[in-house]
Amino acid sequence: MTALAIMNTISKMLKLIRMSEKEPLLSKKYLKLVKDPLNENNPITVQVLGICSALAVTVKMKPAFVMAVSLMAVLAASNVVYSLVRNYIPPRIRIIVQLTIIATMVILVDEILKAYVYEVSKQLSVFVGLIITNCILMGRLEAFAMANKPWPSFMDALGNGAGYSLILIIVSFIRELFGSGTVWGYPVMEKLGFYNTGYENNGFITLPPFALILLGIIIWVQRSRVRKLIETH
Amino acid sequence: MQNLFDIFVKSIFIENMIFAYFLGMCSYLAISKSVKTASGLGIAVIFVMAMTVPIDYLLEKYLMKPGSLTWLSPGLADVDLSFLSFMVFIAVIASMTQLVEMVVEKFSPSLYNSLGIFLPLIAVNCAILGGSLFMQEREYNTLAEATVFGVGSGIGWYLAIVSIAAIREKLRYSNIPGPLKGLGISFIITGLMAIAFMSFMGIKI
Repeated sequence: MTALAIMNTISKMLKLIRMSEKEPLLSKKYLKLVKDPLNENNPITVQVLGICSALAVTVKMKPAFVMAVSLMAVLAASNVVYSLVRNYIPPRIRIIVQLTIIATMVILVDEILKAYVYEVSKQLSVFVGLIITNCILMGRLEAFAMANKPWPSFMDALGNGAGYSLILIIVSFIRELFGSGTVWGYPVMEKLGFYNTGYENNGFITLPPFALILLGIIIWVQRSRVRKLIETH
Repeated sequence: MQNLFDIFVKSIFIENMIFAYFLGMCSYLAISKSVKTASGLGIAVIFVMAMTVPIDYLLEKYLMKPGSLTWLSPGLADVDLSFLSFMVFIAVIASMTQLVEMVVEKFSPSLYNSLGIFLPLIAVNCAILGGSLFMQEREYNTLAEATVFGVGSGIGWYLAIVSIAAIREKLRYSNIPGPLKGLGISFIITGLMAIAFMSFMGIKI
């Protein structure tokens, strides 16, 4: 009897191990969820989500970076929470549920920023509020977390957050360097002595229209490298 | 009357949601491939804004402003619920969006299918939340002013999306470098249109 019981338990354990082997936490499928949004399925340049904030916060690198980190935190938390409750929500009222989850997470992030990095949060107050209306959040909840388990949803959130951060950091780097002559607040252009040769900052680059044109150029570069993204018409 | 007209013209042209504040860009870029769909979404946005801004105005005035609860009892004069405004605004917008979604699905299934994921995304259209927040920030005095502002901003957004859709329909026949086709050129054109609209910003009526 005992031998049978032991064998039973062993076979059960083996089954469990096999099941976990079937889907290890960092399997290729899951890593793909993280990698894809960095380039081929980038939330900003391919899915066209979250552009408002990409234009609003990219004049300087520091707010862009904090914005990116906060967005990633909110996205990961709300993707996991929504994926956990996805089976209990009637589709008719899902928008309100999604927004409630997002708004709760944004308020939490706001409070955490206020508690630990008060100075940064003071500079960022408007931007953190902007996360609620960031379409990446709703877009990913609607397109991914609604139909997937918590762990893949978390990976998806990480990937999309990273893809968003990548674009934000590229745009803000260019705009800060050529618009204000600094990088992360450090006066690069002044230290290199460009001003003595008659160089001047281009004020137009700090205005929002330039962010649009710059994003257009980034899309141009990306699509000439990844040909399959080119639109046909 | 003069005042209302000022707000109306201002919210359409001078303080255009897209060209002056860059709010609501996501759906603006993604849904502007044909004029027909674009104007469908534009009308939905006008409708949602015309409803949410006045509702939010009333909620703000009688519920959340410091001292606004005195109509209930004078003892509540010190209560300040303004920290709730974000949550309340988004809840109003989300419920209005759900309503619009149901109406569109019922009466125009073809429009419903072509708007796809972007119909629920009206709820996170920054232009709509932005409208309510600007209404709060600018402290409009009467319900009429708030309503006119909401309708005007919606019309401004409608104009912007229909004009880019018209341009993009023509662009289909022009010889653009492959990788720049579609999204890339729309970004650059929006940038140029925004530069043009920046000239409105200094005008005072």
